Amino acid sequence: MSFIRDTLMVFRRQERLALRNPAWVIIGLMQPILYLALFGPLLTRLPAATLGNTGNAYKFFVPGLLIQLGLFGSTFVGFAIISDWRAGVIERFRVTPVSRLAIMAGRVLRDVVTLVVQAAVLVLAGVAFGLRAPVAAVFIGFGFIALVAIGLASVSYATGLLVKSEDTFAPLVNTVVLPLLLLSGIFLPMTLGPGWLQGIARISPFRYIIDAMREAYQGQYFNTIMVEGIAVAVGVAVVFLWLGSRVFLRENA
Amino acid sequence: MGIIEARGLARTFKSRKRAVEAVRGVDLSVGDGEIVGFLGPNGAGKTTTLRMLTTLLTPTSGTATVAGADLLGDPLGVRKRIGYVPQAIGQTMGGTDPNCLVIEELLDQAGLYHLRTDQARQRAELLIGQLDLSGLERRLVKTLSGGQRRRLEIALGLVHQPPLVFLDEPTTGLDPQSRSNLWEHIGRLRSDLGTTVFLTTHYLEEADVLCDRVFIIDHGVIVADGTPDELKRRISGDVVTLRVTGEDAAAGKLLADQAVVREITVADGTLKLTVERGEQALPALLRVLDGAGITLESINLSRPTLDDVFLTLTGRSLRDDSPGQASRESAGELEPAAATKE
Repeated sequence: MSFIRDTLMVFRRQERLALRNPAWVIIGLMQPILYLALFGPLLTRLPAATLGNTGNAYKFFVPGLLIQLGLFGSTFVGFAIISDWRAGVIERFRVTPVSRLAIMAGRVLRDVVTLVVQAAVLVLAGVAFGLRAPVAAVFIGFGFIALVAIGLASVSYATGLLVKSEDTFAPLVNTVVLPLLLLSGIFLPMTLGPGWLQGIARISPFRYIIDAMREAYQGQYFNTIMVEGIAVAVGVAVVFLWLGSRVFLRENA
Repeated sequence: MGIIEARGLARTFKSRKRAVEAVRGVDLSVGDGEIVGFLGPNGAGKTTTLRMLTTLLTPTSGTATVAGADLLGDPLGVRKRIGYVPQAIGQTMGGTDPNCLVIEELLDQAGLYHLRTDQARQRAELLIGQLDLSGLERRLVKTLSGGQRRRLEIALGLVHQPPLVFLDEPTTGLDPQSRSNLWEHIGRLRSDLGTTVFLTTHYLEEADVLCDRVFIIDHGVIVADGTPDELKRRISGDVVTLRVTGEDAAAGKLLADQAVVREITVADGTLKLTVERGEQALPALLRVLDGAGITLESINLSRPTLDDVFLTLTGRSLRDDSPGQASRESAGELEPAAATKE
């Protein structure tokens, strides 16, 4: 099918460009690794009950860092589409017979691959610090990361293409991402918070995804938390992918 | 039927406050193998028209057939058959990624047109030769000179051997040497490959040198079209300036009686005559003066430039609106910005 062929072609181009400048992939990983190394050890001193009796602070912390990696890694990709647009590359592609949706899909695929690789490095680093989790759970975690990346990268590209200015895009992304991140209970469980905060935290979709990932890391694969997490992750991916593709398929983007 | 046939092509941009009619009904006919220039001041509707013809923008009204495909009914068919080289200056650049290698850009572009790998290699190799890019295959685009990068961008527009290629301001921002070099390449597109070229330009000498025919657009409508010579002739005749010693009044009277002279002014020994086809009128005029024993000091024949044509038609000089970056960013390119706010 020509859409798949076109997507793979755009993917290869973007992958080649990313590997030409691998610094960004490494910089993207630096932040969670620093958290792992410099913040993680604090959690190991907390009473076990605080972290929901996980028995291993890293089983609690690594899923949070994975989501943090996914959130930052995929919401900022819109910057790249702005510079591509400015270089005239988007327009050049749109005048060829290539699928206009593939212009986005190939990029999203590249981002998913990049993030899963980064996630794997992060999990390995976690193991070095003392993470012990079932292998199946680790792969479930990658699945969640991939779904989050599909949704957020799509919406980030679409937003970038709509605003066409880094000066608008940067504050916009920060304003949206930071509260979502804080409300997701990445560093500490949201259950520690007062009632009102726990209430607000219900609006962050990533909250459900993190909870589900933590369940998986505990070896709990079949319960409502897991179902909720999967439903939210798939929902995020589908809805945002759809929104993003609408922007790329418009006649006048 | 021509390779481009447009009827009543129009585009209105609506912003929250008002509607701007960027293009208000453009009719165009371009024949196979023509090199056609599209001239107009900034904001006249050049870029909007070009974006409509290349499927980047949907017309508000009007119809067009481009390279044998219906613009509205079969935009994909249009895209398969045209080449497009975006303008390389202003809000967006010419379409190459600074971090790609030259050869990668050519092969990727071939991929976008679904060429087979062996065809892609072949086309890339050929274009590298044709556009003087030999030896630059493994260079990053960002290390190329302005002229080299522009030639690469033109090569990208030709990868799939389109019968029709759109060049948006092909030489803007280049030094004079690269510009005349590029003119040669553009001329060869037609002479060697039979490609029809539709280009927009700020440079009147570019239109003069390259184009068989010129369209002048202003305020969203085409105000004139014809060969550069036709346009010049239609607008104003040639100006002959003669200096004589003394006797200027007598000379003036003699010349005013000549049928070829449309207008004449006499002042201080200088006679300024407006004539049609100056090169043919001149010998006769000189014979008349010689017969009357009037001595000439100097002769000058000046022909109208496309700039005069432009000035007469639009009330603006293209040169006021120099193609430098500064003017493009301030006054210029309201069109794509408006387009993207949709």
